[in-house]
Amino acid sequence: MLELQGVTQIFGGVTALEDVCFTASAGDITGVIGPNGAGKTTLFNIVTGIYSQTSGRVLFEGRDVSGLPPEKLATVGIVRTFQNIELFANMTVLENVMVGLHTRSRSGLLACSLRMPWAMREERQIRGEAVKWLEFAGIAELADVEAGNLPFGKGRLLEIARAMALQPRILLMDEPAAGLNSRETMGLAALIRQIRDMGVTVMLVEHDMELVMDICDRIVVLNLGRKLAEGTPRQIQDNPDVVAAYLGVDE
Amino acid sequence: MKRELMKFLLFAIPMLLLPLALQGGYMLNVMVFVGINTMLAVALNLLLGYAGQISLGHAGFFGLGAYISGALTTISGLNPWLAMPLAALVVGLLAFGIGFPILKLKGHYLAMATLGLGIIIYIAFNETVTLTGGPSGLSGIPNLSLGGFVFDSDLKNYYLIWFFTLLVVLFSLNLAGSRIGRALRAVHDSEVAARVVGVNARLLKVQIFTLSAVICSLAGSLYAHTMTFLAPASFGFHFSVELLTMVVIGGLGSVYGSFLGAALLTLLPEFLRAAHDYDIVIYGILLIVMVMFMPGGLVRGVPEIYRKLASRRGNAADA
Repeated sequence: MLELQGVTQIFGGVTALEDVCFTASAGDITGVIGPNGAGKTTLFNIVTGIYSQTSGRVLFEGRDVSGLPPEKLATVGIVRTFQNIELFANMTVLENVMVGLHTRSRSGLLACSLRMPWAMREERQIRGEAVKWLEFAGIAELADVEAGNLPFGKGRLLEIARAMALQPRILLMDEPAAGLNSRETMGLAALIRQIRDMGVTVMLVEHDMELVMDICDRIVVLNLGRKLAEGTPRQIQDNPDVVAAYLGVDE
Repeated sequence: MKRELMKFLLFAIPMLLLPLALQGGYMLNVMVFVGINTMLAVALNLLLGYAGQISLGHAGFFGLGAYISGALTTISGLNPWLAMPLAALVVGLLAFGIGFPILKLKGHYLAMATLGLGIIIYIAFNETVTLTGGPSGLSGIPNLSLGGFVFDSDLKNYYLIWFFTLLVVLFSLNLAGSRIGRALRAVHDSEVAARVVGVNARLLKVQIFTLSAVICSLAGSLYAHTMTFLAPASFGFHFSVELLTMVVIGGLGSVYGSFLGAALLTLLPEFLRAAHDYDIVIYGILLIVMVMFMPGGLVRGVPEIYRKLASRRGNAADA
């Protein structure tokens, strides 16, 4: 599904990522973990077109998508969420999700301004579908709230609803549990599973080990910009290198 | 949607009836300028209030529309109705071409770049004497006419200008409420998030910059054909700043707010004329007070004050 081939990123003289290779398989929830500074977010930013890597390739369903801008990737089916949630703060919750349907609607500037019947019909479709995704995320009752006034946990759900509205092939989530309390995290785990069951491949960077071990099918461990290990949650937990990276070497 | 239409009619019908109340005279002429400035402020608001991109060069696009229309009709003797879309086309192409490099810039840098653009255009008006008449101006521009009907009086011009103003307002309201308007506001709030959900922010910014410039050009052409005389001074940096003030005072991201801002800044100098030399001071103080106490502009500030007064009255009644 998503394949990284020798991805290397050098910022100035600092090597943030070095020759990282792995594959996220279709229908899996793949977790990327690692201590702070391991390069997880850098990796995400490369895959989602925010940075372009120094070398290496990113393949999506066999097609080279390296260096494509985020808006192109979104139309291909690669959509992400952010660690510090990026919402459209001055727009309502419903409008946020309606923007998520931008790529799946096509009325142009003139058709919209002249209220052409097809543009009006499309607008109604967008609204209806946006409501559906709010219901999916369980925040339909907040539809008319300004997104900037949402509590963090609800903002996270909104960001997921907005991303899902694009009907992505793969959803990349940067620390989705960050800032959530334990109840919200449990809800998030259920939601992520539900997304996977809808046929969307999921890849996430996460610090909450419990969540990662609970929901991920495969885990990739990064340390100091290199891939340290890869495997099922059980294999990762039993891997002495991983334990050493996280806890230091036992005497 | 019904409510939107009602609001528009509540705006449009009084504007169409206003000449009856004014009964000709000087104020009618001032209201023609209110119409032109409303078009310009709405155009700038689409860019600034919705897409969040500043321009300090919009007087330049206004001037280009005016001068292209003026030159084509006086020098080449073209029909004004042909000159107007031709001017709009030229200005649109120019804005589209310049938009790609210039809109890569953000914030202050974009302000500086558009400022430069406005100044270059202003200098061109002064220097291309054979086309524009230079500093001494371009005169003898024909009025618009339909068949034998010539738009040559204040009353006729009022309806001509306000026909186009209402069209621009309606067009912009529709745009603002559509998927394009939403995408613009999304780019304004978080460009990176907008791009991640598939909004081509760069192209969209250039498109709205172009549309904004085209509306300014249209307003410029109408200005040329109603005034019949053009001088570069009307299209300088000062006027760009005045347009910006209209948009901010009226309310960013509100089409009706732009009308309020345009009306206030066009009418105020007329009323302050009685204060002789102090009008500029009063004007300045008003602007400062407005920005300090109504940062959301008239369109949001006035209802808020009303609400506060109402609740205070309610409290007083309780006590």
